[in-house]
Amino acid sequence: MSDIFTRTVIIAMVASGVRLAVPLLIASLGEMYGQRSGVLNLGVDGIMLLGAFSGYYAVLQSGTVWYGLFVGTIVGLLLGIASAVIAVTLKAEQGISGIGVYLFGLGMSDLLFQKLVGTPVPITSFPKVAIPLLSDVPLLGGMLFRHSLVVYLAFAAVPLSMFVLNRTTFGLNIRAVGQNPESADSLGVSVTRVRYATVIIGGTLAGTAGAALAIDLGIFQQNLTNAAGFIAIALVYFGAWRPLGVMAGALLYGFVNAVVLQLKTLGIIPLSWSDIAAMAPAVVTILALVVVAQRFQPPAALTKPFSRGT
Amino acid sequence: MRPYANDTREREMKRPRYRWMALFAALLLVVAACGDGDDTGSDDTSSDDTTSGDDTFRIAIVAPSASNDLAFTQSIVDAVDVIADEMGNVDVQITDGTFVVEDAAAAIRGYAEDGVDLVIAHGSQYGGSLEEIAPDFPDTVFAWGTAADTFGLSNVFSYEAASDEGGYVMGVMAAALSESGIIGVVGPIEVGDAKLYVDGFHVGALAEDSAATVNINYTGSFSDVALASEAAQSHLAAGADVLTGTAQMVVGAVGVADENGLLWFGTQANQTSLAPDIVVASQVYHWEVVLRDIIAKIEDGVLGGEIYEINLANDGLVIEFNDGFTLPADVRAKADAAIAGIESGSISTGS
Repeated sequence: MSDIFTRTVIIAMVASGVRLAVPLLIASLGEMYGQRSGVLNLGVDGIMLLGAFSGYYAVLQSGTVWYGLFVGTIVGLLLGIASAVIAVTLKAEQGISGIGVYLFGLGMSDLLFQKLVGTPVPITSFPKVAIPLLSDVPLLGGMLFRHSLVVYLAFAAVPLSMFVLNRTTFGLNIRAVGQNPESADSLGVSVTRVRYATVIIGGTLAGTAGAALAIDLGIFQQNLTNAAGFIAIALVYFGAWRPLGVMAGALLYGFVNAVVLQLKTLGIIPLSWSDIAAMAPAVVTILALVVVAQRFQPPAALTKPFSRGT
Repeated sequence: MRPYANDTREREMKRPRYRWMALFAALLLVVAACGDGDDTGSDDTSSDDTTSGDDTFRIAIVAPSASNDLAFTQSIVDAVDVIADEMGNVDVQITDGTFVVEDAAAAIRGYAEDGVDLVIAHGSQYGGSLEEIAPDFPDTVFAWGTAADTFGLSNVFSYEAASDEGGYVMGVMAAALSESGIIGVVGPIEVGDAKLYVDGFHVGALAEDSAATVNINYTGSFSDVALASEAAQSHLAAGADVLTGTAQMVVGAVGVADENGLLWFGTQANQTSLAPDIVVASQVYHWEVVLRDIIAKIEDGVLGGEIYEINLANDGLVIEFNDGFTLPADVRAKADAAIAGIESGSISTGS
C-alpha cells in the first residue's frame, strides 16, 4: 500500500481537495451572508454560471486572468442587485425567485457561449504562486502552499467573514435582521438596506466563484458548474451559518471527492464500484448535515420577507 | 421519393424550455438584452422560417449536451450537416443541452407532432421515452442511439458505435508512446460507447505492451468538467504520461494534459483544437454513414426496425491524426496495422 500512496500521490490528493473546495467555499461564504440576514438565494448556481462565462470570455478576449475574475465578479454583483430587488423589494417567494435566477443564469450563460464563442476554446489559467518558505515545508508545502492566488484569497475570506459577522456593527445588524427583523427595525436598523447588502455580497461572491472555476479550468462549457451552486447552499446549512463551518464543509466535500478520485485511479476502488463511490461526497455531506441540523437552528427569519408593521 | 434539388437547407436551433425561461427572466430583470432569437428558436416549427416547402426533408436532433461540445453531440450535428450538404433542401432543427430526459422527451414528441420526417434521439438515456412516444406517431421515423434496440417498433431505427475499435488503435499508440508505462483514462459512467471505448483502449494498450499499467477512472458524471480535470490530476500523480478520455466533460482533462505536457488521445470528435501540441489522434464518429442508409430506407418506404453500427470497416469510425504532432513512423505503422487487423477481423478488441 505504501508503494501506491507515494508522497506525490498524497500531495496531489490533498491539493486536489483544496482546489475542488475553493469555488464552493467562495460561493458558500457569500450565500451565508444572505441567509444570516434572512434571505435564501437559490439562484447561486445561475449567478456562478454567468460569472463563469463572463470571466471566461473576458480572459478569452483580453488574455488577462485577473481582468476575467474582475468581470465575473462584477456580473455577480449585478445579479446580486437583481436578486435583492426581487427578494427584498418585491418580496417574492425566495425559493421560486431563486430558481428563476438559476434558470436565467443556466440559459443565458449557454446562449451567450453559443453566440459569442461556439466551440470550447482553452484560455490561460491562474498562475501558481508558491508561498515563500511555507511552500518548502515537506508535504504541507505541496499540499497547501503552491496554489493560485485565488485559493489563498478564498481561505483568507474565512477569518475576514468571521470578523465582519462577529466584530462589526454591520455583522451585528446582519445577525439581528436574520433573527428578528421587527426588533432590529424598531432599533433603527434598516432591514431592507442590510438585506440588500448581504444579497449583493452573496451575488458578488457567487460571480467570483464561477469566474474562478472557469479560469482555473481554462475552459467553459454548458452548465460548467454542474450544480456546484446548490452544493454551496447546502454547505451553508452544513456549516451552521458560520464561516468556519462553511469552510469545513467545503473542504470535506472537496477532500472526499479527491480521495475517491485518487482511489479510483489507483484501482483501490474497483470499476464496478465507481458509480457508487461517486456518490460518496454527497452522502457524507448529507449525513453531516443531518448531524448539524440537530444541533443548530437556522436564522429565525430565514426565507421570511419583512414588511414594517406586519 | 422526395426531390432534393436545391441547397436551401435551413437550420434552426431549438433550446430546452429553460432557455425560454431564461429569456423571459432576462426581460423581467432587465439585466441583459442579447440574441436575435435564432438560437432560442421557436416551438412553432410550421413557421415560414422552418418550412421551405413540401419537398423539404426535415430532420430534428435531440441531444444531451451542446451541439459544439467537441464530443458526443457534435458528432451527430456534424453528420447531419454532411447529409444536409449532400441532399440539399433539408431543414435541420436541433434541441441540444437536454441533459434532463423529460426535456428531451418533450422535444422528441414536439418534433413528431410537428411532422418532422426524421427525429434523431441522440442519447441512450432517451430510450425509455422513445419507446413510449414512437408508437403514437407511426408515420414518423425515429433514430435512436447509441443503442442496439428498436423495441420491436417498425418506425424506430437504432445505431451504435463500435468505439472499442478506435479505442484499441488508440491504446496501441498510447502504450507505444508512453515512457513511464502508465496510462490514464478518464471516463464518465461505465455505459454505452464510453465503456466500449475504454475497454477497447485497455485491450489495445496491453496488446502493445503487456506490462503497461492502464489506470481507469470513471468520474460518475458526463458533465462535471472540474471532476474530470481532477481525475486527470490524479492520473498525473500516479505517474501517467499519456491520457485519454471520453464524453463531453473531458475538456477539463485535456487542459490538465496540456498544462503538464501529457499526450492525449480523443474520441467522438476531433479534439485537436483543444490542445494542438499534445493531441496525438482522435477517433471521429461519422454518423452520416448510418444516416445515408436510414434516409435511403425511408425513401423505399421502410420506416424502422433495423440496427446500425459505425465501425472502422464501414468508415463510420475514422482515426484522424493530428498533423501538428510528430508521430514516430513506427507508431503510425502500428496504428495502421491495428486498423487493418480490426477491419479484416484478425484482431479482436475483446468486446
